[in-house]
Amino acid sequence: MEAVRRQTRMPKHRFLFSASTYQTLSWGLVLLAAFVVSPWIEQGINPYWFTIVIYCGINIILAVSLNLVNGFTGQFSIGHAGFMAVGAYVAAVVTMALGANPAWNEFVASNGISESAVLPIGLCLGGIAAAGAGYMVGMPSLRLRGDYLAIVTLGFGEIIRVIMMNTEAVGGASGLNNIPFLSNFGWVYSSVVLTVFCVWRMVHSSHGRTLLAVREDEIAGEAMGVNTTQAKVRAFAMGAFFAGVAGGLYAHQLRILTPQTFDFNRSFEVVIMVVLGGMGSISGSVVAAVLLTVLREALRVVQTWYEIDIRMVIYSLVLIILMLTRPNGLFGSREITDFFPASLRRKLAGGAEARGGVK
Amino acid sequence: MDQFLQHVINALSLGSIYALIALGYTMVFGVLQLINFAHGEIYMLGAFTGMYTIRWLRLEEHPGIGSLIIALIAAMAASATAGFIIERLAYRPLRKSPRINLLITAVGVSLFLQYSGQLVFGSDPQFFPTGILEIEGYNWSYGDLVIEPMQIVALVLALILMFVLQYIIFRTRLGRAMRAVSFNHDFASLMGIPTNQIISATFMLGSALAGAAGVLVGLIYPKIDPLMGTMPGLKAFVAAVLGGIGNVTGAVLGAFTLGLAEEFLVGYWVPTYRDALAFGILILILLFKPSGLLGVHRAEKV
Repeated sequence: MEAVRRQTRMPKHRFLFSASTYQTLSWGLVLLAAFVVSPWIEQGINPYWFTIVIYCGINIILAVSLNLVNGFTGQFSIGHAGFMAVGAYVAAVVTMALGANPAWNEFVASNGISESAVLPIGLCLGGIAAAGAGYMVGMPSLRLRGDYLAIVTLGFGEIIRVIMMNTEAVGGASGLNNIPFLSNFGWVYSSVVLTVFCVWRMVHSSHGRTLLAVREDEIAGEAMGVNTTQAKVRAFAMGAFFAGVAGGLYAHQLRILTPQTFDFNRSFEVVIMVVLGGMGSISGSVVAAVLLTVLREALRVVQTWYEIDIRMVIYSLVLIILMLTRPNGLFGSREITDFFPASLRRKLAGGAEARGGVK
Repeated sequence: MDQFLQHVINALSLGSIYALIALGYTMVFGVLQLINFAHGEIYMLGAFTGMYTIRWLRLEEHPGIGSLIIALIAAMAASATAGFIIERLAYRPLRKSPRINLLITAVGVSLFLQYSGQLVFGSDPQFFPTGILEIEGYNWSYGDLVIEPMQIVALVLALILMFVLQYIIFRTRLGRAMRAVSFNHDFASLMGIPTNQIISATFMLGSALAGAAGVLVGLIYPKIDPLMGTMPGLKAFVAAVLGGIGNVTGAVLGAFTLGLAEEFLVGYWVPTYRDALAFGILILILLFKPSGLLGVHRAEKV
């Protein structure tokens, strides 16, 4: 078995720690670097561009996490905004409650912790709440075929929106105001790094192989002993977790949450990022997320000419034309590293496998 | 009691509209195993075509059933054409590709119609000329119970269209061919049935019903806008699943059930949760009886 594994570069059966020490360390360094460069970036570029950079980060998290569900597991979910909403609201409520709590403030002051330390707590709780929601939705609907799942996820997004709209505790239809502004470059991009790392490790672990098995042929996978429902729910909950984190970051960037923010269009934007980048390509999602976030801002200029939101028309056309002419998106299931020269690729892979999805 | 009856009447007219849309969903699903997300938008196109027909032909000056039928036919023709074009340009090239691609395309078409609709018709809601159905001397009320003429017309027209559809499906050559295609695509083609034409015909038939629903909804809820199709479209889909997708009688049954459930929820309980109810029902039905009320459970084949 060991020989086979070495020969075919099969991953070991662990999730986070199967990456070589070298790799884990380098990811950790990138994560820290986000915090180190954070103050420079915040002061160095103009606020408008800074906002775009932050949105790029948030969209990367959303796209990569949805890719885990849509791309690697082959389940078509179009309710990502629903999970994002759960994460956003929970994170906002947590940071606001902690910020107003005298005991917490005293604790922060006496220990010299930065005030933005409430953010990771909020993000984690928001992510967990979203994952819980993902589990709850996934359990019943993932037993079913793809098309039903699409409608159920969409419906779930709507249900969340209606619930938010009718809950006065979170502001109802008028929304939640005065959320502290905490999403700086460091928190956003360390979350990006963490998301990409976790999804990457997930896909290259044995759990990831079960996901790919579900995507390639569910019935055959089941026959080989893969618990397909469990695999799907797992991917779904993990995708939802990161969507929740992205929602939390979004809340602390925008500082105001309204239920309308998380409508179907929001989910659709993420779907098109995943499809454009290539379902089953993490780097594809990253590239597409950045591309579309910038495109959106560019189209805002066009919008001021015609006074009509032309963005969605272009997005939907892109989606249709993509499906008709290049259904694999930009990258297909390849990663950006696959385009590097072989020598560099071997170096980067550090002995682990270099290839992304199953062909 | 009057209030109860009033809710039932409202529910019947709402249900008849859902039923017309749900029939299109269920027929397309029957022949292609595709959830045609753009179906709600075809219904929107029907409503707008109806409105413009009435405006351009000045039908409001001659109110009555005749004018309504002209508007209805125009809307049905336009919707059928739209359905044909969509199937031809977007779905047919993808017939052999994975189902998920088809699904993504359907979502794309739906959004494209919504937002290009905003470009063409403007994003502000417009008022459907309900004056077309002013019947002189009409006053049907009994105590608190009021029955609008639109409600009766909607229900009756919907029922007529459903019977026509039932006739087409079970009594004509076209219907037999449709059933054959839905039973097995490849075998139908081997038996000499022109499957592509039949699929086009199914799309057109389903779309025509959605177009009719668009005009009827314009009469009952006269505010129409390019995004109006999304919610009723999704709810009609839920109705189709509730009745057992692919099953024509089931779609009608599911639609009336959903109409009743919504109307009673709004009337007696929490009106603000109206849009969440359909999806709640969907999740429950998928959980307990995924084949729907009248559907037959089909084991998945390898």
